[in-house]
Amino acid sequence: MFKRRIATVAAAALLASTLAACGGSGGSGGDSKTLTYWASNQSISLAKDAEILKPELAKFEKQTGIKVKVEVVPWSDLLNRLLAAATSGQGPDVVNIGNTWSASLQATDAFVPFDDATIGKVGGTNRFVPSALAAAGAKGKPPTAVPLYSLAYALYYNKKMFAEAGITKPPATWEELVADGKKLTKGGKWGLAQEGAHVSAHSHHAFILSQQYGGEWFDAEGKPTFDTPQNAEAIKRYVDFLAADKITNPGNAEYAQNESVTDFASGKAAMLLWQAAGQQLALHGMKPDQWGVAPVPFLANPPAGGKKVDSMVAGINIAIFKHSKNQEGALNFVKFMTSDEEQTVLNKAYGSLPSVVTLSDDPAFAGPEQKVIADTLAATAAPLPQVPEESQYETLIGGVMNDLFAAAAKGKSPSVAEIQDKLKTAEEQVK
Amino acid sequence: MTTTLSAPDEAPPEPTRKPRKRRRTPALPYLLLIPAIVLELAVHVIPMLTGIWMSLRELTQFHIRDWSGAPFIGLDNYKVSLDVDSATGKELLHSFWVTIACTILVVGLSYGLGLAAAVLLQRPFRGRALLRTLFLTPYALPVYAAVIIWSFLLQRDTGALNHVLVDQLHLVDDRPFWLIGGNSFWSLVIVMVWKHWPFAFLCLMAGLQGVPQDLYEAAYMDGAGFWRRLRAVTLPMLRPVNQVLLLVLFLWTFNDFNTPYVLFGKSAPDQADLISIHIYESSFVTWNFGLGSAMSVCLLLFLSIVSGLYLFFTRKARADA
Repeated sequence: MFKRRIATVAAAALLASTLAACGGSGGSGGDSKTLTYWASNQSISLAKDAEILKPELAKFEKQTGIKVKVEVVPWSDLLNRLLAAATSGQGPDVVNIGNTWSASLQATDAFVPFDDATIGKVGGTNRFVPSALAAAGAKGKPPTAVPLYSLAYALYYNKKMFAEAGITKPPATWEELVADGKKLTKGGKWGLAQEGAHVSAHSHHAFILSQQYGGEWFDAEGKPTFDTPQNAEAIKRYVDFLAADKITNPGNAEYAQNESVTDFASGKAAMLLWQAAGQQLALHGMKPDQWGVAPVPFLANPPAGGKKVDSMVAGINIAIFKHSKNQEGALNFVKFMTSDEEQTVLNKAYGSLPSVVTLSDDPAFAGPEQKVIADTLAATAAPLPQVPEESQYETLIGGVMNDLFAAAAKGKSPSVAEIQDKLKTAEEQVK
Repeated sequence: MTTTLSAPDEAPPEPTRKPRKRRRTPALPYLLLIPAIVLELAVHVIPMLTGIWMSLRELTQFHIRDWSGAPFIGLDNYKVSLDVDSATGKELLHSFWVTIACTILVVGLSYGLGLAAAVLLQRPFRGRALLRTLFLTPYALPVYAAVIIWSFLLQRDTGALNHVLVDQLHLVDDRPFWLIGGNSFWSLVIVMVWKHWPFAFLCLMAGLQGVPQDLYEAAYMDGAGFWRRLRAVTLPMLRPVNQVLLLVLFLWTFNDFNTPYVLFGKSAPDQADLISIHIYESSFVTWNFGLGSAMSVCLLLFLSIVSGLYLFFTRKARADA
């Protein structure tokens, strides 16, 4: 009898522990003295990010008594982990999100909306750079996050290679870029470095060029409009740098790990389209006086409806999970991270721009690179479509462009009709 | 699947024992089973049922937070997945065929290589132990590390493969791509074979140890050559091993997610778009978990049917023989 009782107790204990594990408590905890923060990878490594953030978080603890546990999450994992946290209701209190996902994540309804009252507690709507705030959620809804770091695309060029080829100023149109590129492509060096298998980068360039050709990826109701001639033209323009103009090394077709930055830094390619590349170039050993920076080119003769857009509003936002048990502390932390002091420290470390208007004239962000980024953000950048299906757009269009680049590497320039066909297939998969 | 695999072969009919006096069934054996049942429920049954439940829902980012409240849409996800006239169905079918072709090649080559190595290493010679260990290395390496090294080797401009092919041997002039375009399929096959064949080798080597030596001696006396001995002695004696080995290799290859994911990343080239990656893309990258679940259920059904038929026919063949 005794044996049986032991067994019963053991079984019951086991069952109980299993159930407890199922409903176990997550990382955030319920007390008001700690916060968990998932930071996105902004610097060259996760460790470097942690090193940059730690002293700032210590400052926050000193001010408020709230200890922040930080984890730097690589980009490849971030979206999935945010999704998992949204689904389970377990996870950090405060997170960084890529601003292109804003509307997609907003649709999950897992984040605290920054309505007038909430945003008022971190300084109000007017405190943030308007274009950056516009990329923090769908139109007509309170933003799902507030902007933290701002970025934009620019054209980076190698001054020495330009001088040797007799080119006196950076190209302002795509036609000039191709002409310059042809002059620069010789002796194993190439005119332009492209990231030929980088899904997100593809979706950015597809958006920017589509705007220039007068296209849209989603209509006003948020329905996908992928297979338009304008969108196909835009993609063709980008792929043809390799396929038809041959100013990109065919090997770039398999680049997906920022290899194009390395190629530019090592002088294998003379031009690069990138967001705030300066910090990375320095780490690759390129001196600041070796490269120049200019706005991303436009079409010389844009078709009717073509818009003067040469970058998406790129950037990182900061958001609070609804499931956080320390809402007040989380909001305090957001306020801290978007304060003038922290914005200066962190954006300087990352080479990005502050997302608050109070720092727009700060000399710390007046270098040539920052100036081009700031001018672009102020005048010629547009947010990617703020629709819930944005993350699907990125993947599907990025995938289409990967395949086109693979074909281009073998010398095949795609026709507009062919691209439209592929875009149609992609559009049918948007749910 | 495990239960089918470990089911005992047709046991000889038990000699009828005299029924002993019936006793009250003790509870202890059942209680001891509880941990296993709980684990089995938690690890297999509940997730599987949840998957089926999810496949009947419209589970997109709009419902992810309150996922149990996602609207019921019946068989719509299945209709979309299996409708070969729609883009989704067409792409699923495409990746299905890619997976079939890849699986046949990988299982065939892994088995062939494994058998050859096992047979050649049967006879004792100097350095045999070392060779055995070397052959098993791919099996012991962590998948991620091994495959990422392959992806370095296969880079077009900086990879070691092209360095050897183009710069040293001058076999081809134009540097081929291995990770994008048509060659990506062959790269995948090669890496998968490299990863799977040591398992075949291990199983077959173990199987060969069990073949009585006198069978070979008898065959030798009868004048049977190497190939004849292989066909008449080795292969029939290996049948029980083969049966399990081929099935396991088939299932592993068909469902392999790690290799293509590490080799190609989130978005595999069209020509190497394996079904496991495809389902991952549908559910996690484009955020349609209902559709992804429906595809997984279809895949599970397909694999169960194939495994069932395979076991049925191999058993039957053995019973007939």
